Order: sequence, then C-alpha cells, then structure tokens
Amino acid sequence: MKAFLILEDGTVFTGTSIGSQKEVISEIVFNTSMTGYPEVLTDPSYAGQAVVMTYPLIGNYGVCFEDMESDRPWPDGFIVRELSRRPSNFRSDISIQDFLEKYEIPGISGIDTRALTKILREKGTMIGMITTNEKFDMEEVKEKLKTYSSKGVIEKVSRKSKTVLEGGKHKVALYDFGTKKNIANSLHKRGCEVTVYPAFTSAEEIICSNPDGIMLSNGPGDPKDCTSIIEEIKKLYNTDIPIFAICLGHQLMALATGADTLKMKYGHRGANHPVKDLATGKVYISTQNHGYMVDEKTIDQDIAQVKFINVNDGTVEGLQFKDKNIFTVQFHPEACAGPQDTELLFDEFIKMMEDKKNA
Amino acid sequence: MPKNPDIKKVMVIGSGPIVIGQAAEFDYAGTQACRSLKEEGIEVVLVNSNPATIMTDRDIADKVYIEPLTVKVLEKIIQMEKPDSILPTLGGQAALNLAMELDESGFLGRNGARLIGTTSQTIKKAEDRLEFKNTMEKINEPCASSMVVENVEDGIDFANEIGYPVVLRPAYTLGGSGGGIADTQQELMDILSNGLRLSRVGQVLVERCIAGWKEIEYEVIRDSKGSCITVCNMENLDPVGVHTGDSIVVAPSQTLSDKEYQMLRTSALNIINELAIEGGCNVQYALHPTSFEYCVIEVNPRVSRSSALASKATGYPIAKVAAKIALGYTLDEIENAITGKTFASFEPALDYCVVKIPRLPFDKFIHAKRTLTTQMKATGEVMSICTNFEGALMKALRSLEQNVDSLMSYGYKDLSYDELLEELALVDDRRIFVIAEAVRRKMDYETINDITKIDPWFIDKIAILVEMEQALNSKPLTPELLAEAKRIEFPDTVIAKLTGKTAEFVKKMRMDNNIVAVFKIVDTCAAEFEAETPYYYSCFGSQNEAMPSAGKKKVLILGSGPIRIGQGIEFDYCSVHCTWAFKNEGYETIIVNNNPETVSTDFDIADKLYFEPLTPEDVENIVNIEKPDGAVVQFGGQTAIKLTKSLMEMGVPILGTKAEDVDAAEDRELFDAILEQCEIPRPEGKTVYTSQEAVAVARGLGYPVLVRPSYVLGGQGMQIAFSDEEIIEYIDNVNLITQEHPILVDKYMMGKEVEVDAVCDGEDILIPGVMEHIERAGIHSGDSISVYPTVTISDAVTEIIVDYTRRLAKALHVKGLINIQFIVSGEKVYVIEVNPRSSRTVPYISKVTGLPIVQIAAKVILGDTIKGLGYTPGLHPSNDYYAIKMPVFSFEKLRGADISLGPEMKSTGECLGIAKTFEEALYKAFLGAGVDLPKNKKVIITVNDADKKDAVSVGRRFEALGYEIYATRRTAQVLKENGVNAIKVNKLNQESPTVLDLLLSHQIDLVIDTPTQGRDKTRDGFIIRRTSIETGVTCLTSLDTANALLTSLESDAKENLTPIDIASII
Repeated sequence: MKAFLILEDGTVFTGTSIGSQKEVISEIVFNTSMTGYPEVLTDPSYAGQAVVMTYPLIGNYGVCFEDMESDRPWPDGFIVRELSRRPSNFRSDISIQDFLEKYEIPGISGIDTRALTKILREKGTMIGMITTNEKFDMEEVKEKLKTYSSKGVIEKVSRKSKTVLEGGKHKVALYDFGTKKNIANSLHKRGCEVTVYPAFTSAEEIICSNPDGIMLSNGPGDPKDCTSIIEEIKKLYNTDIPIFAICLGHQLMALATGADTLKMKYGHRGANHPVKDLATGKVYISTQNHGYMVDEKTIDQDIAQVKFINVNDGTVEGLQFKDKNIFTVQFHPEACAGPQDTELLFDEFIKMMEDKKNA
Repeated sequence: MPKNPDIKKVMVIGSGPIVIGQAAEFDYAGTQACRSLKEEGIEVVLVNSNPATIMTDRDIADKVYIEPLTVKVLEKIIQMEKPDSILPTLGGQAALNLAMELDESGFLGRNGARLIGTTSQTIKKAEDRLEFKNTMEKINEPCASSMVVENVEDGIDFANEIGYPVVLRPAYTLGGSGGGIADTQQELMDILSNGLRLSRVGQVLVERCIAGWKEIEYEVIRDSKGSCITVCNMENLDPVGVHTGDSIVVAPSQTLSDKEYQMLRTSALNIINELAIEGGCNVQYALHPTSFEYCVIEVNPRVSRSSALASKATGYPIAKVAAKIALGYTLDEIENAITGKTFASFEPALDYCVVKIPRLPFDKFIHAKRTLTTQMKATGEVMSICTNFEGALMKALRSLEQNVDSLMSYGYKDLSYDELLEELALVDDRRIFVIAEAVRRKMDYETINDITKIDPWFIDKIAILVEMEQALNSKPLTPELLAEAKRIEFPDTVIAKLTGKTAEFVKKMRMDNNIVAVFKIVDTCAAEFEAETPYYYSCFGSQNEAMPSAGKKKVLILGSGPIRIGQGIEFDYCSVHCTWAFKNEGYETIIVNNNPETVSTDFDIADKLYFEPLTPEDVENIVNIEKPDGAVVQFGGQTAIKLTKSLMEMGVPILGTKAEDVDAAEDRELFDAILEQCEIPRPEGKTVYTSQEAVAVARGLGYPVLVRPSYVLGGQGMQIAFSDEEIIEYIDNVNLITQEHPILVDKYMMGKEVEVDAVCDGEDILIPGVMEHIERAGIHSGDSISVYPTVTISDAVTEIIVDYTRRLAKALHVKGLINIQFIVSGEKVYVIEVNPRSSRTVPYISKVTGLPIVQIAAKVILGDTIKGLGYTPGLHPSNDYYAIKMPVFSFEKLRGADISLGPEMKSTGECLGIAKTFEEALYKAFLGAGVDLPKNKKVIITVNDADKKDAVSVGRRFEALGYEIYATRRTAQVLKENGVNAIKVNKLNQESPTVLDLLLSHQIDLVIDTPTQGRDKTRDGFIIRRTSIETGVTCLTSLDTANALLTSLESDAKENLTPIDIASII
C-alpha cells in the first residue's frame, strides 16, 4: 500500500506503507547509525518523534528481544529506504515488519532518505505526517501539523512504579525519565543494586532511601518542559550524594543549576560522534540522541565546567560540577546502539561513590 | 598535539613491484601520504623499485630512488640523504620488514634516524606469530589455537587436543602448497608429512579450523593521544577460508546486529591500543555464525588493500590521515577534506552499500586451479556503490570486464541436481553464479547455506536478482517493473535480452517514464553535513545531487578499471597525469573509474570523481548529466579505448587520435593498407575466422605461426603454433569465448624485439627513447626485460625505427601517444604491433628520460605542437644512464599455472634497475625482482632440444662462476660433450634421486628450464617449474634471460651499487 510523508514545508515523499497504517503526526528526525535499529526503536527518548534511518538497508538481522532498550518501541513513525524482506541472524526473534505491526507503529519505506535527510539538515527538524490516505489535502495536513506537541512524553515513557535490580555493594537510585535498559545494566554488572524510580518521584523519597549514588537518565522532549522535575533535581544537587546524569538528565541538571538549554537545528543522532575529554585531550566516539543542548554561554564557571565537547561543532557534551560529586554527559556511555568507548564513565561514577564512602 | 618540529626530512618506503597480494593500493597510499607530507613542508625521500607508480614521480617526492628494496640499498640511501625519519607503514609488508631490520640492527639510531608511524616493537607484536599470540592472550583477545610442529606425531597430539578439522600450513612454502584442511587423522598424516617435506625449514603450523565462520574486518586509526576510531567495517560474503582479497566484500557489514558489531569494534580498539599503533591498522575477525564466539585472524599494523577499499568506500583518506598522525597531529586536529566541517575524529557513516569483487586471473591462466583458498590469487578488484546490495553487486559484476553482466553470465543450466550440489561445494570465483542457478531451481536457502556457509541474507539478495530475471522473462514490461529492475541495476542490455526487446527500446521506455540514473555524493557522514567534494555514485529512483558546473570546459577521462595481467597500474599513472595536465590547461576534469586501489579514484585527483562501471550505459548516464566538451580515451588502456565508439554515438568528441584511426591500427586490412602506403614491412600474415582458414594460411606461411585475436591487450589468447593440430585446438578455444573480432595468423619471426613510445602532434613526433628487449621475439613484450637505451641496435636500424615511427604516426593521424613494437632481424626492421594510445612503458620511459610524456601528449591533444612546447622533434638524445625494466611474476600464488613465458603476458608487475653501466643496471633489476644469487651456488639446467646448443655457453659461464651444475640426461650429455662439467640427475619417472628430490633438498639456487612445446601439464618440465616456484627457487624459462642474469652476476657492479635520484635526471 502506498504511504506518504508530508513535511510542514510542503514536501511530499511517496513510498510504501510499513507497520501500522494509521496516520501519525510527529517531529521528523534522522539517525545515522548503521546498525542498532532495534535499540533506536526501543529508546524511549524517541517518543514524540518519527525516526528516519539514513542507512538504507534496515531490518537485515530482524529484531532480537534481548536487544530492546525498553519494553516496547516508542517512535511515532519509522522511515526507511528499504526493509529487508528476510532477516538473517541467529538471535533474530521477529522480523522488523512484524515488530512494527505488533506495536502498531506506522512507517514508510522506499523513499529517498538521503534527500529527506538533506532537507532536515538544511531547514532543521520539521513536523511531518505519515499517512496512507492518497487523497490528502495539503492545507488540511498543514493545519493538522500545527497541533503537534511533545509535551507529556516523559509521563508516557517513564515507569509507573519503582523496580529494583538486586545485588551489589553500591546502592544507586536511577531516575527514569525514559531510561534505556543498558544504563541500569551497566551499573548492575559493575556491582550496583539499582533502584529505578518513576520520573515524578520526589527528591525526598530518593534521599530518604539513602542511596550511594543517583543516576539521572535520558529521556524525550524539551527539557524546559520538565519544570517540576527540575525543582526536585535542585534538591538533589544540594545534597552531597554523587550524581551522574546522561542526556536529558544532563540538560536537567544544567537547568537546575542556572544554565540554559537551546533547541538545535537538527540535533545529534547517531553512533559516530566524536567527543573530546578536555582534561586529557583524548577523543572518544559516542552514541548520541538529542535535539536540545546546554548553552555554553550560560554556564556559571563557579558551578560547573565543560568536561567534554563535540569535536565537530564544539557544543557542550559534558559538565563537571565544581566542589560536587556530580558530572553529567550529553552523550550515551551506555551505548546500545553504538560504540562502547565511554563505558568507563560508569567506572568513574562507581569510583566517585567509593571515594565518598571512604572519605 | 601539533606537528612535531623535529621531523623535517622523511624517507617513505614503497612496496616494490606489483605482485598478487601487494598491488596498486600501496601506490595510492604512498602517493596520498607523500602529498600530505609535502603539504606540511616536509622534504620527502621516496624509495620504491616500481617505476610504474605515481609515487615515484618527481612531483610527488623531492628525491626519488627507484632502487631495489633491500636493507643494503636502503642503508646506502639513508647515508646519502640523511633523513631524520623513516615512514614504513605505507609500503605494505615489504616496507615494514625492511624498516624493522634497519631499526633492530641499530643502523637507524647510529645514523640519526627513527621510525615514525610505528615502532619495531609494534611490528614484531603484530607480525611475529608467537609474540602476536602472547599479545592477544594478554588482552584476552581470542585467536584460533595453533602450534608449529616438526613431526607428524606432535601434529596428531595437537589435533587431538583442539579437535578436527585442522588447517595445516607449511612454513616457507609459497602459494599455500603443501597445506590443506584435515578432517581425520589419516588426512592429517598424509598432508602433514608432505607439508613437512615441502617446507624449507621442516615446519608446519597446525591450526584450529574456523572455515565457514563469518569473516569481518575493521579499519581502525589511532593517534599519539590514544584516540581511535574505526573508519569502516566490512563483511565478506565468502566465509572464512577464502582470502579476503579474493572474497566478495560488502561495506558496511550487513548481517551483524549492533551487539556483534560493537563487540568486534571494541576488540579492534583494544588491539590497536595494545599495539600502540600511531596510524592505521586492519584487524580481521572470524565470527561464529550462531554465537558470539570470535577469533582474531590477523592484524596488519599499516595501511593495506583493505584500508584502500575502506578509504574509497567511506571517503575517509586513511593514508593521508596516517601520515599526518606520524607527524604528530591528533585526529581532532586533522580536517576532513570531504566535508570541510568535520574532523578526522568523526567516524564515517555510510548511507549506501559498497560491494567489492576481486579480479581473478583465470582468463589468463586457464590451467590454474580456480579454487579460492587462504592464498590470494586476485590481481585486482572493482568496487561499486549503490543504495542497495543487489544493485551494488550488479554494478560490480559488470565493472570486472570479464564478459559478465548479470548472474546468468555463466551457464549451469545443463547440470543435473547432483552436479549442481557438487558445483556448489566448490569454492571458486563462480560460486555466486552457481548459487543463482540453485535458486532458480528452487533449492532452499538452508541447503545452499549448509553447503556454502554463505549467510542466507546474501542468498536472499541473489534470489531477488533471480526473481527479477524471471519476472522480466515472463511478465509484460511495465514501467513499474522496469523501474524496479533498474533500482537493482539491471543493465538495459540484460533487460532487453530477457524481455525480447532491443536495448534501444528499453532505453526509450526508460526515458519516456523518467526512469533515469541519478548521482549521489559519498560524503563520510550520511548527509549530516554538507559535502564539498564531488565524489559520486549512481542509483535509480532517487533525487539527483550531481550539479554540472558552468564556466570551464569539461573533459571526461575514462580510467582503466581493475588491475589485471596486461593492464596494470601503468594506465592509472597515465590517467592521473592526463587529469593533472588537463587541470593545468584550465579544464574541469571528470574521472570515471571503478578501481578502489588506485590513485585516480582518490577524491582529490580530478575535479569530479564518478565511481562507476565503465560500460557504455553507465558512462552515458554521466554524459547526460555532465555534457562534457570532450573525452580522453587514450590513457585508460583497452578499457577506455573500447568505449570510443559509444562515446561518439553519445555525441562526445574524442580528444586526440580519432576513433577511425584507432580502428585502422587494429583492423588488419586497414592496417595492412597503411603499412603498404608507408612502405613498412610486417611479418606476413592474414585475417581468418575459422580453423580451416587458419590452417590454410599457416601452411601457406610455413610453421611456426603466431595466432591471436584482434583487439586484445597483453597478448591475451596469443599463441605460437607449430602444427595444424595446435591451430585447430587454439581456434576452438578462442571460439568458446565469444569472438566478435577476427583472428590474426602471422608468420612467427625470431629476432630482436624493439619498442618505442612516441608523442605525435599530427606533424612531428617526439620519441623519448628506444627500448630493446633482452628476450627474443615470441615472449610478450610485457614479460621481457626491457633495456633503455638500446645496447645491440645499430645507429642505422635506430634511424629506420625513428623513421617508421614518424611515418606510422602521421599516417594514422595520431594526436597524442602511440606505441609501436618492432622486430629487428639483422638490419631489417618489421612492425609487429601498433597501439595508438598510451602503453605499459610510458611511466618507465618518462621517468628515466625525464620527459613528462603524458603531459606533453595532453598538451598536444589540446593543440600545442612539439616544437611549440620547446622540444626538438625526433628521437630525444639519451642520457648517461642505463635503465632496465624487469618483469615480476606472481606464479607462486597461482597453483597449476604454467610459468613458461610465451606470447601471452603473465607478469603482474615490474621493477627498475638504473645505473651508469649496463651490468649494474641489470644487477639492480634482477635484485629488485627478488633474484638474489648466489646462496648455495647450485643450478639445475634442463632445456628443450632447440636450446641444447645455446645451453652450453650458459653452462660454461655458470661453471666459471663456481656453480655446481645439475642437468637432466640429454642436457647433461650435451654439456659434457662440450666440456662443461654437469652432474646428471634422473627425470621424474626414473629412479630416485630425481630432479624433484634435488629441488626438495632445498639446496638449489636456480632452475633453468626451457619448455617443450604444447601445454601438457603432465610433462616433467611443468612439474619441475612448478616445484621450483613453490619451494621458492628462481626459475628461468628463456636462455636469453639466463644469459642476462649471468652478465649481471659476472660483473663486479654488485659489490658497490650506486643509488640514483631520478628526480635529478634532466
């Protein structure tokens, strides 16, 4: 069946419908990872967005359930050039077609994804509609596109009650703003007991649980929409509990400490972004997925200093908070999909907890 | 970290002659690195024995030594030039080994030089089998278990420990001879005992067999700060067991999940960190197809064929970045030249699929074993880019120029099901065609996968292509079906064949329905950033990104495709220089080529690069977009010449010599008329189409005769026939392969062969030099030792040659280059071949004469005259040097190939010997080709009857040099009768010890074996020649070559070789 991707600038791509045939309006973003589409699909940070994969051959190895970064896929839509008709991998549990259908995610294949990516690169991220209605009316569609909002996505993706990964000598409280599974797993395999809390848990509850460290997770949406969460993070900042934050968590910590965030033209989404550790000069390749960033100009040098920058565009990729056991990164040390080069940051976090205990 | 200020003068070591396994990729890497060093103000001293390379040009390096790559020669050059640093990571294994020896002996330290880009410790850790194993164990990276054994009992014990099957690899045998896979103890005993005997050191490696696992490669790059990235990963369609150089390779990997991909990526990073490499590195893995188990197969701590492929596949210039890292820069300081916005620390992201297919030489060596093993056999490769795998595969297939345009190109229709199963189990270069046939017969993927171990994903892609064949064959050709066929890159001609329409009809239907090829950019970043470098590939069903620029005049330069025997790196040299020359003249240059190993496909050589097959349809797609003002075909070998007619039909003017004149040189009758008009004699001969005609002509001329198809390069299919039977067999063979052109039958003349390259401006000619061949006519010019200036040719004959060249060039209206081969018999000169285009000898003669021939030709093509450019027409005066071009062969890599030389070209590369005296030049040339005598002073001589008389003086000369001479019965008898002390040895079918036992005693330095006629593989000579090659003994098959070798050995020049900076030759 034919499907259409209609962008707010009036561009229309015609392709084939994949997954669910329902109509959807979403923010269209592109991801440049060449592998890891199951992880991308199940990353809650993509809630409220439709993802274009720039790599043209998607679905080659199907979907393996144990690779899922959360319990279900989150994007509003999935846009690819070509879906493999026959997955091939010893771990493959389900084909990508069946996976999308099972979770009722609409999508489109057979379009020139490179042309689409170039539009998004030139004009910035846009709102778009995926529809199978051949008789769509452009003006009506454009009106509909205006109704798009990403508000409330964290409520949608965060868990409803706390869960515990038992065992280990360090107790970590992980705030779930839309966390990827591998954050908890990375801590757990390093000997942490990880308690995962819903996004709207009060700071008091966390503090009272007396954790050795707090982890702020990634998540979807505009960080500035998270006003109540930011208030709780301020309270956490004022304790002396070691804190490590990733992605949205990093942005929220920055906002909680007086800095500002900006929406980027088209963001960083991929598994190939070089980030430089300013202390050592060493460059790591990182997984990234963000459309907002911390505005470097607004960082109070007495509160935090830039720890990592993006080599390509010089943007802030991590902060070290002064006189605090707090550091935050914009990228994803938990990888999945993507390189494991910055996994050592979890070790750094654990060392921070140990030092605190021994102090 | 900025550039290290202590580095001012760097010596770059090249990889030497092109052989199988070490080819043009090192010219590409070396050239890129030298340019990158010079950009930084570094003085570059280049050493490489290969004169056909671009890296040995005076505009690439400051000092250029085309000298044998030996420790002694390098030491001498280092003492002369006093470089502060040596960069050895760009010249393949050859350069690494030399660098390690120079460093470990303390020579570098004593002479104030050091290695950059690597250390000898790093090289050792990666190259020494035991150290490598220990290093991998230290960082917990698994390798396939292995052990070196010296007797069968130890082998059995070890095999029992690791389990069967095991792989056996004898040490120091070439071409994988004596090795194999043993499934049982009995097989192990058989193979192992034979392997131990063949090995010069009596050692065989017993290794766990991981054949059938997925083969995955990573290209990694690291700087001095320890930052590292992977440039690209690649997956071999052919599982472990086939050398990656012989495998169909796809980039990026297709069947790996992110978990597998990252597991191996992390491993590759661990390895490069542990080896502390500062530069590029290649890591090869075997990955179990149904688990996360993997083994590190090999690590190359340098740039490689794979890194060249990765560079072209991604647009990331690995060699350039490696050179900058060697100077002290870090990845985040090196700008990405393609985007101009990102840095070398950004990992490339691809938004297309790349397929590489090897170019195997079985069309040349029809008797060689086609089986693909861990010993590489390919001479070159093609790469193609498309937005889908099927399309990339189809484009790569037709880029091979092996009469293949689809998966139907080899017929397996007549095989029974069981035969097909057998054929599937055969691991050779036609396996994907067999799989296609299996799919056509509805064999299920599991069965095919069981037999071939090829991942079902690839089998499914082959099935998609087969389904399209069937659809085109059975369904009406609708615009939708046509669009889909084009999306997966079915050429119009194949669609026409399958639908019963004409190619013109298909094309018109495409145009009517706007189904046209568009071009996309290779930009390293999947469109995330704007690209500044126009590096294009085509696809269908997408939006076009290639924007023709306005203003400048545009020239289309057709490249020479994959490296093959007969069409090597020389033509890339010519294409690149032609591009630069046109650039200098203010043209916008557009290169079309499909060879990832070459300099011409580097993204900054031409203004625009189209990485495409060189077929009329593919070229027309480019012409439609670019509308060039003209095309140059005379520099891209036969590949480009073949496109002449199609280009004219597209309305593209051919710059330089016109197509009809090219035809006149190739068409026998037209050419005869021209010769007659010029009053130039040629050996008598006629054009025929059938074997009856051929026999009649041959009888008329008198045997022996030379038979060959017209329109060939490298003497392909050329043979000397001595009888009616040989002619008939020959014609039948040729007719097996589609023969559109007639066959030539000429009187075979024994005489001296002489060759010239010349530039003609329509009026005057400029001959840089006349080259004389050491071997008499009958051996292909590409396989002969070529001497400049001539040694035995009289001034009168030289004058005739110059005169004939002038007459021919003018009669053929040559504008640009012409190559002519002559036979000199007494004082008479005959023309045997004329090629109105660039030739194999152009780079060599340019370098040794200091005349930039390609540039001159390019200017002449654009209207300059030889006089106007300041040159005196005629033969350029020779300088004070003798320059000898020595062919180099790769026989040890091709089991079953007959090494005896003849009219069909067999060499893969060449090296140069240049010196003030003929003898020294000859010695250098032999040394450069790896002939380094004496070791044991023992030689075996066995010659055919015709050569027996001439063998006497050869024997006498070896005797005088103190050699012990062994000879087979009749040869020994003749030698003895003439006072040469020869020891008689038994033939193969006689009692032991035979000549074979003698060879296997590993005491022989040299075998001289001139072949008897006919290609009977069971003859003794064939077996002797093969055994000597496989045990690493030099084997000569022409007495002319043997005499030349003697001349070099007799001279005292070898005691004191003088390196010559050819950049200083005026």
